[in-house]
Amino acid sequence: MANIKWKRYLNYIVISALAVLFAVLSLTGTLKLGTQILLEKITISIILAVSLSMVVGFLGELSLGHAGFMCVGAYIGGKVACLVDGDGNSHLILITAILVGGVVAAICGFIIGLPALRLKGDYLAIVTLAFGEIVRSLFLNSTPESFGSTLGLKTPRYDSRFLLIYGFVFVLIALAVIQNLIKSKHGRAITAIRDNEIAAKATGINITKYKLLVFIVSAFFAGVAGVLFSHANYTVQSKTFDYNYSIEILVMVVLGGMGSINGAIISATLITFLNEELTTILTGELSVLKDLLYALILILLIIYNNAPALKGVREKYNLRAFVGKIRKHDPAADKDDEAKWHRVPTKIDMNEVLSTDLVVKESRAEKGDRGGK
Amino acid sequence: MTVSEFVLETKELGISFGGLKAVSDVNLKIKQGEIYGLVGPNGAGKTTVFNLLTGVYQPTTGTFFLNGKELKGFGQERINHEGIARTFQNIRLFNNMTVVNNVMVGLHNNPEFKCNMLESIFRLPKHFKVEKAMRERAKELLTIFGLLDERNNLACNLPYGKQRKLEIARALATNPTLLLLDEPAAGMNPNETEDLRKTIEIIRKQFGITILLIEHDLKFVSEICDEITVLNFGTALAQGKAKDALNDPEVIKAYIGK
Repeated sequence: MANIKWKRYLNYIVISALAVLFAVLSLTGTLKLGTQILLEKITISIILAVSLSMVVGFLGELSLGHAGFMCVGAYIGGKVACLVDGDGNSHLILITAILVGGVVAAICGFIIGLPALRLKGDYLAIVTLAFGEIVRSLFLNSTPESFGSTLGLKTPRYDSRFLLIYGFVFVLIALAVIQNLIKSKHGRAITAIRDNEIAAKATGINITKYKLLVFIVSAFFAGVAGVLFSHANYTVQSKTFDYNYSIEILVMVVLGGMGSINGAIISATLITFLNEELTTILTGELSVLKDLLYALILILLIIYNNAPALKGVREKYNLRAFVGKIRKHDPAADKDDEAKWHRVPTKIDMNEVLSTDLVVKESRAEKGDRGGK
Repeated sequence: MTVSEFVLETKELGISFGGLKAVSDVNLKIKQGEIYGLVGPNGAGKTTVFNLLTGVYQPTTGTFFLNGKELKGFGQERINHEGIARTFQNIRLFNNMTVVNNVMVGLHNNPEFKCNMLESIFRLPKHFKVEKAMRERAKELLTIFGLLDERNNLACNLPYGKQRKLEIARALATNPTLLLLDEPAAGMNPNETEDLRKTIEIIRKQFGITILLIEHDLKFVSEICDEITVLNFGTALAQGKAKDALNDPEVIKAYIGK
């Protein structure tokens, strides 16, 4: 039992430990500015990926407008901070800005959630895509006094030593809220809608309520990430939040494995790190190669994860095998009644299971073992 | 509102899609605790009747009552809350969820397991209490259907017969007064059918609920159903005791021709 509890809170523990570590490092001034900025970006990406994974991974709807919600948060939060205080280096103002930005984004999430009740799949994706573009062009065409028009909104740059701590705190909050929601009866209802909407309706699940809920919560945290973003930069420019950015967030979710929050966290970290490193390394003429390399690495990762020919390699050299070597796993220690929430299988996953041959059956048997059956 | 002696009563229930009368003038009267059969050739409108009763379609004519309460015009979720649960002709489970979670989704709206979102997000003691109680109840239900050992498997990995049973278990979890089974024995071998028959009998005894079922297996129907209605071209051909209705010349004509 103690074993299981430990495992269940592993992601909180790891992130808290990292947060404390980096907080101490940054407050004592050992952390380089570049690392601070990288960490800010990583925390923002994690919040975005985790919130989007709620829509894509658990509700099963494709959203291509996540950057739109972030854009709303960034502009509104930035504006609030500007209005209240010119330089904005106060904790209270940052918190206020984050809350206001988050709430306004959540309202947008509600508005997008409404068509989501009637639309599905590609059609909803188009609506969210349009939303992202509309929001972006609205801010782009605002008057210079209100939201800075084409020049972008001047925002107070928050001291990065503290902002990075705030980033970690909000990662933890987002994680706690979303994970607790997903691992409750409400989350079960949400995954039921993903798996079979007709059956969910016939089982008496309030589809309207849960779809709106997911969009609102997800948009709220995207808004929070947006406010953090606006405080991590001197200006907020609408072109940042374009279609490509939404896709990048989606890539983080898909690469991490849909329906896996921990996966989203890891892949958000990796992708942000990769992007940042590629930007620093490839300067001048070489910078055109950035997108190429980025795409190449993603493709290689996907091939590595899915190619049947690499199955043997994967099974030998992966994290789970590595951990297993260190600590012999005792199947009896797992209580089989505990729902295996830390790894919700998804459609993609199932396709993999269905399309494979004898080798896979062994690994399925292993899965059963882990369940302690 | 008068308390009716019938659990389900439909009055001239009908629906037309454009000019096509899919179902018309269906009058069903189902007593408490009865197993009622709805049979008929393909395309007779049996599933359409189910869809009308569960709010998937809204009737264009007539109406229906559950325990004397008119349910016409309600949505699917609302009708489920009022006490009609159903299974589907082509199985619709929550495939990527475990068996026990499938049943727990069915328990979602049970007033005993109320727990609002804030209680879940902040992990208040109520959340853990409710989760535990739900899991226990789900396991009880699974025991009745002999699915307890499968509880941590994914629903899509179950064999066909067990998937059918799981769907019934999930429908029962919503605590219905009337259970609609759409071809529960379809695609089953004789052993599985026999097993299903026993299960349905057990459900009736243990839960005291009323069952309306659609079935093509006439032997199964005549064994299990107290009364039946034979539909053809959307209208009732014959009604009454299973043996009598199935021997009706009109019915024989509808099934095998003159």
